[in-house]
Amino acid sequence: MITIFGVPTAALFGQLLVGLINGSFYALLSLGLAVIFGLLRVINFAHGAQYMLGAFAAYLLSLWLGLGYWSALILAPVLVGLAGAVVERTMLSRLYKLDHLYGLLFTFGLALTIEGTFRYIYGAAGQPYPTPEALAGGVNLGFMFLPIYRGWVVVASMIVCLAVWLLIEKTKLGSYLRAATENPILVQSFGVNVPLLLTFTYGLGAALAAFAGVLAAPIYQVSPLMGSNIIIIVFAVVVIGGMGSILGAIVTGYLLGIAEGLTKVFYPEASNIVVFVIMAIVLILRPAGLFGKDV
Amino acid sequence: MRKLLTSAAAIGLLAAPALAQVSDDKVKIGILNDQSGVYANFGGRYSYEAALMAVEDFGGTVLGAPVEVTTADHQNKADIASNIARQWYDTEQVDSIMELTTSSVALAVQALSKEANKITITTGAATTELTGAQCSPYGFHWAYDTHALAVGTGGALVEQGGDSWYFLTADYAFGYSLEENTGNFVKANGGEVVGAVRHPLASTDFSSFLLQAQASGAKVIGLANAGADTQNAIKQAAEFGIVQGGQRLAALLFTLSEVNGLGAEAAQGLTLTESFYWNRTDASREFGKRFFERTQAMPNMIHAATYSAVTSYLKAIEAAGTDETEAVAAKLKELPVQDLFAENGVVAPNGRMIKDVYLMEVKAPDQITEPWDYYNVLSTIPGDVAYIKPAESGCPLVTQ
Repeated sequence: MITIFGVPTAALFGQLLVGLINGSFYALLSLGLAVIFGLLRVINFAHGAQYMLGAFAAYLLSLWLGLGYWSALILAPVLVGLAGAVVERTMLSRLYKLDHLYGLLFTFGLALTIEGTFRYIYGAAGQPYPTPEALAGGVNLGFMFLPIYRGWVVVASMIVCLAVWLLIEKTKLGSYLRAATENPILVQSFGVNVPLLLTFTYGLGAALAAFAGVLAAPIYQVSPLMGSNIIIIVFAVVVIGGMGSILGAIVTGYLLGIAEGLTKVFYPEASNIVVFVIMAIVLILRPAGLFGKDV
Repeated sequence: MRKLLTSAAAIGLLAAPALAQVSDDKVKIGILNDQSGVYANFGGRYSYEAALMAVEDFGGTVLGAPVEVTTADHQNKADIASNIARQWYDTEQVDSIMELTTSSVALAVQALSKEANKITITTGAATTELTGAQCSPYGFHWAYDTHALAVGTGGALVEQGGDSWYFLTADYAFGYSLEENTGNFVKANGGEVVGAVRHPLASTDFSSFLLQAQASGAKVIGLANAGADTQNAIKQAAEFGIVQGGQRLAALLFTLSEVNGLGAEAAQGLTLTESFYWNRTDASREFGKRFFERTQAMPNMIHAATYSAVTSYLKAIEAAGTDETEAVAAKLKELPVQDLFAENGVVAPNGRMIKDVYLMEVKAPDQITEPWDYYNVLSTIPGDVAYIKPAESGCPLVTQ
């Protein structure tokens, strides 16, 4: 058997693929965070809670209305996105004129409230959510057994990441959004409704988190704490990628997933800190992040 | 005014004989465990509820003094738990601390309580160290331990031909203890341990670890973890086709609460060891139904053992005629434990409560006739087989 550093290549490829799958979640979540930070300058601590809400929305839609995975994949992000828009319009928008810290504190409080409420109602252990029929089972790739659903997660997240990037970088709506961040007053004087744009952006960020939540539901237990488990890593991803850099968030998400996967082969005990070690190194060498613009 | 004072003093004198033996005129029990993390359903608020039931069933008072129960969340952190324990002892008149899910926490609080001259009864943690090298004259261990789990689940699987093992181990005291106990048992019965991988507590993704376990070719993958970690590992093992590939999963610490969370579909066929099952005897069924009315969940062995621990503690105070630690600890070791949790329990000199444990199998979904009716009881393992003999435990309190 061929080995690299004492690890069989087959195992290595398997781990790389698993890393890519985890990276898909990091990429989707950090993308939403980067969009919100880039355009609203709000550090959205409620992102993990919105991810959890997406998974719970899927679970509750199936429990109450009997709706399956595919409807949930569309409906849950829409619902959570709308809820996000309401929060932005009624509460968050009042904080833009204040220091960034207030937005951070508000979203952090919101996250604790939402998670606490769900924990109170559903307990911490988590609810099961079945894998959709069409994606059940797996294929043997020779070097590993790939569950079809995990393959789908990689594909779906790549498509969504690409779509959001195109939306912001290449469309007219995206150019309004970017212009509104640069100079809101000027853009407003051209007749563009800037507050509405910001509401849309926050709703979009929340919807992306919820989309990741629905994707995660069949793999992990649907649990009130699933968001707080992953959000810290996602923040590290955004910092490494460069705060507000959309492309940076996506690329770093996948890269760190892979880095974490490799750590699990060579030194498993370090797998939950490797991301932070990389973050510390990047901050020392390039404080603006890998893809951030130097200030 | 003087008259009022005199009568107050008189009442005080009259009341005194009944209360004289109980410090602070009340007995206060603290239930300290994980109420928000990976083990929140394993023990959690349900254990607090079980303790309240025990106090109510006991009549709410002992030696004429009221019994109170307080509770806190230690977040699985030994430092937070130690701070809470100190505060309870120093300023809140807590007389004993129970439950103590998570081995690292239980070891820290038991050591601290030994210094503070207070009783602990651990029901939620698993490490045999509690009644081994780190035992305490005032520390007791109810419910189960890693040795009992190894003998139960490990023994059953080796007997069925599972003679090569690979461990997926939670990276802290409990995981090591469970891995070591089970590994030793497997080796002693002619099997071998081909490897192990350690994962951080509260991991969400086990796929990397599972792939390594799969590649090892071991017949049995031993999950030396607990709570939500084990649930996720089992769920994801199904995804990666591990059981279809011919390897068996051994959930070394898995209780009714986790089976319910995982669902019978995914959990069916699992072999596991618990020291209590609600649907086993009339007494346990009656307790289960009452517990369910309060919590909407059936009790697992941690909850039933917490009920038993509180009851035994109150009985010991009654028998000792005081809540003074030395005397109560002596009575706890002297009195037999006979309640809905233990029919034939005895407390060994090292603080280990020894009773039968049961090997269970999770039923297939179509065999389940009522909600929470998840288990077939495969066999009963006598207490003296399940637990380490006190003389061999390494506890300095046991005189050879």
